Amino acid sequence: MEETNQNSQTSLDFNVEKFEPKDESEIQQIIKYCFKKNLPIEIVGSQTKQGIGKKLQCAKTLKMSKYSGIIDYKPEELYITVKAGTPIKTIQEELKKNNQHLAFEPINFSKIFKTESNEGTIGGTLACNFSGSRRFKVGSARDHILGFKGFNGKGEKVKSGGTVVKNVTGYDLSKLITGSFGTLVALSEITLKVLPLEPETKTIIVSGLPLEHGLTIMGAAISSSNDPSGAIHYPGNFRNNFVFNDLTHPGSITAIRVEGTKISVEQRIENLKQDLSLKDKKLTILDRIQSEIFWEDSRSLKVLSTNENNILRAVVPPSETLNLINRIKTFHPNYFIDWGGSLIWIELDYLSTQKIDQLRQRILSANGYITLIKSKESVKSSSEIFTIDPIKFKISQDIKKSFDPRRIFNPGKMYTGI
Amino acid sequence: MSTLKMPRVDRQTLKNKDKIISDISNFTNKQNILSENEELKPYETDGLAAYKQTPMLVVLPETTEEVSKILSYCNKNKIKVVPRGAGTGLAGSALPLADCILLGLGKFNKIKEIDFYNRCVVAQPGVTNLAITHAVQHKGFYYAPDPSSQMACSIGGNVAENSGGVHSLKYGTTTNNILGIEAVLIDGTVIRIGGKVFDSPGYDFLGLITGSEGLLCIITEVTVKILKKPDTVKAILIGFSSMEDAGNSVMKIISNGIIPAGMEIMDKVLLEATNNFSKAGYPLDAEAILIAELDGTKSEVEELIKKVADICKQNKCTSVKISKSDEERLKFWSGRKAAFPACGEMAPDYYCVDGTIPRSKLAKVLREITKLSKKYKLPVANAFHAGDGNLHPIIMFDANDKTSLQKTEKFGEDILKLCVKFGGVLSGEHGIGIEKRELMCEMFNDNDIQQQISIKNSLDPSSLLNPGKVYPILRKCAEEGRLHIHGRDKSKFSDIPRF
Repeated sequence: MEETNQNSQTSLDFNVEKFEPKDESEIQQIIKYCFKKNLPIEIVGSQTKQGIGKKLQCAKTLKMSKYSGIIDYKPEELYITVKAGTPIKTIQEELKKNNQHLAFEPINFSKIFKTESNEGTIGGTLACNFSGSRRFKVGSARDHILGFKGFNGKGEKVKSGGTVVKNVTGYDLSKLITGSFGTLVALSEITLKVLPLEPETKTIIVSGLPLEHGLTIMGAAISSSNDPSGAIHYPGNFRNNFVFNDLTHPGSITAIRVEGTKISVEQRIENLKQDLSLKDKKLTILDRIQSEIFWEDSRSLKVLSTNENNILRAVVPPSETLNLINRIKTFHPNYFIDWGGSLIWIELDYLSTQKIDQLRQRILSANGYITLIKSKESVKSSSEIFTIDPIKFKISQDIKKSFDPRRIFNPGKMYTGI
Repeated sequence: MSTLKMPRVDRQTLKNKDKIISDISNFTNKQNILSENEELKPYETDGLAAYKQTPMLVVLPETTEEVSKILSYCNKNKIKVVPRGAGTGLAGSALPLADCILLGLGKFNKIKEIDFYNRCVVAQPGVTNLAITHAVQHKGFYYAPDPSSQMACSIGGNVAENSGGVHSLKYGTTTNNILGIEAVLIDGTVIRIGGKVFDSPGYDFLGLITGSEGLLCIITEVTVKILKKPDTVKAILIGFSSMEDAGNSVMKIISNGIIPAGMEIMDKVLLEATNNFSKAGYPLDAEAILIAELDGTKSEVEELIKKVADICKQNKCTSVKISKSDEERLKFWSGRKAAFPACGEMAPDYYCVDGTIPRSKLAKVLREITKLSKKYKLPVANAFHAGDGNLHPIIMFDANDKTSLQKTEKFGEDILKLCVKFGGVLSGEHGIGIEKRELMCEMFNDNDIQQQISIKNSLDPSSLLNPGKVYPILRKCAEEGRLHIHGRDKSKFSDIPRF
């Protein structure tokens, strides 16, 4: 029997598998229906990061990409409020008109998951909380969400936060739902902090450094008062991925980004050359245009997009990175290092559940964590995707229950049982 | 004194006091248990001194293991626990309950590790905010969040309240500057969240616990991020003939893409009061002053200070002074930092309100506050963290005059309601505690509050950790009545800088 909702202006057909709500009332009706019927729902945006986490088989799909648009943008207040299905691109273009941006540089997974030029929605970006090279300076997605509205697993509308940065009014649920992979709340509206684009950007590239020296230079740059906004190391095997007129030296790339006013950038580049004793090294300074391309390539994981290999993401304290890379050499990984030495993107041509476990053990013993980003379905289904310990698992279950008591939102996406 | 409704006192617990002391002495040194009236007295209030309550016991554990055993015992025996750091909080989050164990973290006062390579410090929660900077400044590093009470407030308390400070405009608040914590849940479970790495996978418990005002766990260790000090820091002191011009300048500075390290506005009442007090050299003909601090490389700071000055000139400023030395910069700040004692000179009592509004509403909200000041016939001085819209109106009154106290309470409430009405929030950095508990329904509806309470219930099912704080006792907002009279007066620790 077909069921429709009599209260809504537009009748919803609850028999369909995929819902594409156009307003909050529809989102609420769908969730309430699924709660009542105990039907699991997979919440998706434009499905650019759907490959991350366990594959779901849910009775219903809540596709949010039609719930899109900018609700309120106040450049002078440094915030933007958008509907959850708004494409990242739309937001970035709107912000650029006012020389502003999302400073956390959301990772663009479209190249590695082959979703063409679509880099996803803001809802999906927050659900995953993967942030780019500016992390150590400005924070990640979780540091840029000021507030949200959404629906819990019972279909109740809940909100938290606001439009202001300074706010200690109840628990900071905005942070809790960021990185929760849609397992706690179906987001409907999101308010984000935006920041001015810096007028000038330049990048110092030191070529041909072995990893150890690259790490030392990145660490010293971040620990200096020159305030760099990116520090990344690509080993020599990735050199050919970067073609710039000014980059003529062969070998590995260690890149330090400096952003600010023109005068300031010039001065800080000179300071860095001096402080890090770079003058006798093979140096290239990328100008603004080349620099922007370089960091955009890093944000979209360009060097990992040329094949179908497995991709993992490890984060360890910078002091552990060198030792860890040496300890995982037996896996023959391709890798590059972001966040000034803390984030390691790993590419492996062969991966098994056992190999992931071995890698995870080594990374845990280095006081870090690892996340499986991309692999064959057979590997993913039998592997732990996100690192968690039994205590946090138990608390996560309790938190999950407080938002979604019947576990209808993305059940099992992050962990079996959550 | 307040008649704010607090959780029902469990008489059985009070009756068992001697047994509880004897049981707890199995978990910690006997000297760490305080039970005599004169020992308990110093703990009966925090920075919100109008509210006083002697706790049943004070326990000052020394190790995480002790905290774990004590909490586990309290959970089994349904004994309420109120955590306390340095007790400098201004919202009453550390107010004891008559039948509680007040768990003081004062003995957790060691810095455990300084790790310059990974740019972090691992500290016990009782270490003061400023002690962290002192421990790393010899190598040019510092810890960025700087609540004005930083010489006294503890890092654990900063995490519990998500403390901010003058520089949070550029550097963020506590939540943006910590990497990890160790904490103990009410059932005694010890959890480690984060560490020396960013963005640990899974639910962001670090984000949830920061600012949770001691309702979810007891923090036993904090790992904070440290930053290298900028090369150059300069401040600019600008006078305006109207608050509108000052407010507009703040907006223009930001819309020109400049994010100063801090931006503060003071109104005429406060600038006169503080100038008399600290001789900061403020332009006394001004209706409002703006202090902006810029940091970075020398050339950058000079360039941006000039830009800020130009913007303010376009917005009809009446005077501009740029600091020529660090001494002069600190002198600019000295008046601002003396706001509390300066107000103390002007009236027997004062009460500091804390709310946040969108920056663009600064002048409008101030006009409304002036109207309220006339309505209540109580003088008010205004200080703002203007860059991030965080207001700190200071209402002056005489607590001996009962009507004056009641009017002050109502005035403060009206200001906070204004903040919410203009799109802001109830607290920017002091927290909710008991002070603003009943106002939560101004901002949140039943669903919002129920969702938060259900998180609390999932981690502390018997509601033993700091009950009666943050959320209205009557759970449904619709049930909220004028049950209470807010009592507020002069802050405790009036000799330390505030907000």
